[in-house]
Amino acid sequence: MSLVKIAGLHKHFGANHVLKGIDLDVARGDVVALIGRSGSGKSTLLRTINGLESIDKGELVVDGTALHDGRGDLRALRQKVGMVFQQFNLFPHLTAGQNVMLAPTVVKGTPKPEACDIAKEMLLKVGLSDKFDSYPDQLSGGQQQRVAIARALAMQPKVLLCDEITSALDPELVSEVLAVVRQLATEGMTLIMVTHEMRFAREVGNKLIFMHHGRIHESGDPKTVFADPQTPELANFVGAVQAA
Amino acid sequence: MLVQFTTWDIVRNLLDAAKWTLALSLIAFVLGGLVGLAILFARISKHRALQAATKAYIEVFQGTPLLMQLFIVFFGLSLAGIDVSPWLAAAAGLTLFTSAYLAEIWRGCVDAVPKGQWEASATLALSYTQQMRHVILPQALRIAIAPTVGFSVQVVKGTAVTSIIGFTELTKTGSMLANATFEPFVVFGLVAAGYFALCYPLSLYAKRLERKFHVAR
Repeated sequence: MSLVKIAGLHKHFGANHVLKGIDLDVARGDVVALIGRSGSGKSTLLRTINGLESIDKGELVVDGTALHDGRGDLRALRQKVGMVFQQFNLFPHLTAGQNVMLAPTVVKGTPKPEACDIAKEMLLKVGLSDKFDSYPDQLSGGQQQRVAIARALAMQPKVLLCDEITSALDPELVSEVLAVVRQLATEGMTLIMVTHEMRFAREVGNKLIFMHHGRIHESGDPKTVFADPQTPELANFVGAVQAA
Repeated sequence: MLVQFTTWDIVRNLLDAAKWTLALSLIAFVLGGLVGLAILFARISKHRALQAATKAYIEVFQGTPLLMQLFIVFFGLSLAGIDVSPWLAAAAGLTLFTSAYLAEIWRGCVDAVPKGQWEASATLALSYTQQMRHVILPQALRIAIAPTVGFSVQVVKGTAVTSIIGFTELTKTGSMLANATFEPFVVFGLVAAGYFALCYPLSLYAKRLERKFHVAR
């Protein structure tokens, strides 16, 4: 029984057909890495999974909550799907703790003291229990991204989407964020991530999806897919990434 | 027989009139702010007809002289059989004018909140109203403070136009004194000084706020 099921998904940006019939099954506890060149549709695919991009045609089901051809209860879907962005997108007018508390109190109606406990627990999980009262601009990029992860986790999502979450970070800050993601994976969190960290994808992921021209071009176990690409496009891509 | 005006008489009369300029400015700013807020919400709502209507409202008030707006309120209402005093017409006209400008300034501030803030809050399953209240407006408010105070200068200067429909504020009093004293240069010099004394602190304050919030971001 899959946790995320995508069937026949199509998406256009005007005349541009960016997703040309995607079928994808993600099981509970899967760690899926989406790779591909820019413009291949990988970020768009990720963003359709919580309705940030609308779906023109096809079906998306997350833990029983469905969108048919883009119609359905978006907010119910989003309560099950957390997301972390490349640019962190923390709320700058709120402290780290308030950032994490906001959605549980406002959306779920969790009482403040209880939400505060949840926020403390989540910040502890990402190693930032001492930053509860810090504002985002007082934190490093890596710390901001970890707060963003804590903020998403506070809603207890079934699946967490990560959109190039280390791409905006200075090189020395990448590892602290990846360590948090690795820990989540070991704890059994279902993760779908668009990433350029190929080594991380191979090491932590159990499913690799290579997108090309709006289609899933090749997929499988990261270790075998990387070692033995079946299509020239993937071989080319892997070669280009490893050369860089 | 001619009444002799001392400089102090002129100043005293102008100070008295300045109170009305100040009162009218305050009323226009406060009421204009409230109406402007309502227009802002309609302008940024997802409702197409509301968007279009408020866009037209803003364009009309930004695209016509304040004086014409006052004439239309003043003469238009009396034509419709409603007798309006210059005081009421001035307050109503300036309120409408202010509301249109403030709504547009504030819309710019809402637009200035980065798209990522909308996306992050949507991802957390907040509704549109919740996004607005907890994420977007608090940030837009910070951005809005400096230009809003800056615009208040325009409102103060805008009140001068109401002298033409007979509202006795600073400029109107100035004209009457100039006619009575035959010293227009002195009188209007003092009138200008009066406006400057009202406006300069406001624009200084706006500049300070602007610097403060730029540093803070």
